[in-house]
Amino acid sequence: MANPTHRHTKARRDKRRANWKGQTPNLGVCPECKEPRLPHRACPGCGSYNGRKVLQVVEKGT
Amino acid sequence: MRHKVDGRLFGRTANQRKALRRGLMVALFQHQRIETTVAKAKEIKKIAERVVTMGIRGDLHSKRLALSYVPNRAAISKLFSEIAPRFSGRPGGYLRIVHTRQRVNDRAQMAVLEFVDYEEVKEAGKEKPEQKEKQKPKKAEATKKQEKEEK
Repeated sequence: MANPTHRHTKARRDKRRANWKGQTPNLGVCPECKEPRLPHRACPGCGSYNGRKVLQVVEKGT
Repeated sequence: MRHKVDGRLFGRTANQRKALRRGLMVALFQHQRIETTVAKAKEIKKIAERVVTMGIRGDLHSKRLALSYVPNRAAISKLFSEIAPRFSGRPGGYLRIVHTRQRVNDRAQMAVLEFVDYEEVKEAGKEKPEQKEKQKPKKAEATKKQEKEEK
């Protein structure tokens, strides 16, 4: 099997990785509570999706 | 090539998969609404709707066929007597999948799998016992916390 003859420097490696970018999620706004939420998913803020779906939305710390 | 190979394997052996399917189906028929991963919900929806159609037919043969999918007499009798009559006019599409949250443990996308008339059934007051069950574990957790604080 062919193998690399030389190790790439950290700079080369990091320059390659500099072009790996994160993507912003395609957020929409919940029509019920105005919180941002992902499309086709129940709203994490109020638990609604085309009407009530997720029963209880638990606040942080419980 | 994996062309035209239907169904999900869930990283389980055939027997484990069968047991998982039966367990989820029993839970679905008894509670009318369950939360699982999206993949499991989609898989169960496909089979459960087939069984509900058997329930609408309602004769002894279809009951035996249904029992071969879900060998649990309590669940099947509930399906045939309570659930299936509600869908007698409906040509399929008895279940709904709503994507909900990402599970804390492994970030798996979770979904609620429920009968499409779940809201009406809940309002009819049949689901009150289920809500009580949900409250109980919370109380148990609260008492545990108190015990810890006392220590």
